[in-house]
Amino acid sequence: MTEDTARDEGYDDFLDAVADGDGYYLACPNGHGWLPPRRVCPECGAREFSDRPLSATGTVTAVSTVHVAAPQFADDTPYAVALAEFGPVVLTGQLPSHAPEDVTPGLTVAPTVLESDTTGDRLLGFDPV
Amino acid sequence: MTGVRVAGVGLTEFGVHPERTTRDLFAEAGLAALDDAAIPRDDVEAVLYGNFMSELSERQGHSGPLMAEALGLSVPATRVESACASSGMAARLAVRQLRAGEADVVVVGGAERMHNVSTARATEALAIAADALYEVSAGLTFPAAYALMAERYFQEYGGTHEDLAHIAVKNHANAVGNDYAQFQREISVAEVLDAQPIATPLTLLDSCPITDGAAALVLVSEDYAADHDVATPVAITGSGQGGDRMALGDRDSIARTPAATAAAEEAYADAGRGPADVDLAEVHDCFTIAEVLALESLGLFEEGTGIDAAPAGVTGPDGDRPVNLSGGLKAKGHPVGATGASQLVEATRLLRGDHHNADAVPDAEVAVTHNAGGTVASAVVHVLEVTR
Repeated sequence: MTEDTARDEGYDDFLDAVADGDGYYLACPNGHGWLPPRRVCPECGAREFSDRPLSATGTVTAVSTVHVAAPQFADDTPYAVALAEFGPVVLTGQLPSHAPEDVTPGLTVAPTVLESDTTGDRLLGFDPV
Repeated sequence: MTGVRVAGVGLTEFGVHPERTTRDLFAEAGLAALDDAAIPRDDVEAVLYGNFMSELSERQGHSGPLMAEALGLSVPATRVESACASSGMAARLAVRQLRAGEADVVVVGGAERMHNVSTARATEALAIAADALYEVSAGLTFPAAYALMAERYFQEYGGTHEDLAHIAVKNHANAVGNDYAQFQREISVAEVLDAQPIATPLTLLDSCPITDGAAALVLVSEDYAADHDVATPVAITGSGQGGDRMALGDRDSIARTPAATAAAEEAYADAGRGPADVDLAEVHDCFTIAEVLALESLGLFEEGTGIDAAPAGVTGPDGDRPVNLSGGLKAKGHPVGATGASQLVEATRLLRGDHHNADAVPDAEVAVTHNAGGTVASAVVHVLEVTR
């Protein structure tokens, strides 16, 4: 899967923005938040979105330490993968630089862009703050 | 609208068969189902085939006609993909086709070949049932996704890993004597807790195995069964399907599975039955926590109480609500594309009385099957009833 070179429009733009410290999400007029790409709000059907700044910090709501990974993360194990709430959006990200046992629900994190040790591919991560 | 009856069922042994192709596996299960039904092959009008990952494991797509050919049939055939719910969805489509009067005899089932690739590759293949952009790219594996669901469940309702371990223990014990099951051996709570960690808190023994295998059923219209004097003690009386957002982060709660709740409500209404009528259930326990979520979505236990069922023995063979008497995905095995059909096969045999655990439910009249795709972004539930 790593041989794919085309960008994923929308999501790669989002990662670029997170890497630049300008993370954003798509907000529909009714306040529902999503990651790109989206053409319609799955919650209310609205088709107009505005870019809103992603909160600088979020809160971990659930975390697991992965010991058996897919090949593209084989050299990264063990790593913590977590859901973290940033206002109206919940992101899935990795916390490789942190001891997995220290990542617990309630932890405050900032979004970041990481590189897989295995493939060098970039991915969404969280930095504890 | 005609009713739908089960004329025949067939399974392969579930287990480690890396050398066996899906076409060979499905042919064995399908021919067994046709033999069980004792219906002339010329009467079969369609094949619906569930499969998840043959493109990745065998570099084989377009499996519908291939599987019809494997059964020696020249009929319209369609492959159905809905991750781990592929053949449950195929069965639902067959039920609807029969009810609509578009066919009188349909072969439905599924197969999966998984051991011809490495565990890492199989893990990668399974992960494609999650959201590739928002989840898999960040290293979320399938066990990790269910681990997050377990963590949220514990936070919202309480419960411990030890409670979950009782589910694995129960389902392993149920598989002893099931000649089709991958693991026909008992395990202990301590073994579950001490097993290799996969994605905390889940260990290897909280997880269903990687499995090769196939399952098939011959479904017929009530009219066909009557006109041809085919013995069909079991009917599929209810069918329901539900859906949810793909990514866990985009759901209202990951401690519940509303797709399965919607599927169950539709299936019960369809059958004119309710949770109180259910005598036994075969549910999608791909990980121990998944059985808890299934029990609650099926309405068999109140929200937040499904975790207590196995430790209390309620879902055991001697309990009020036996669940996964086959051994479940956990011990019987989980050949992804075959699982939904295999649940229907096991439920049919339990109701017919020719199952190794049928003695546990001698008076059972109503069974439900619960088959989930991915992290339950898709779900299908069926109600089966026996006429004695």
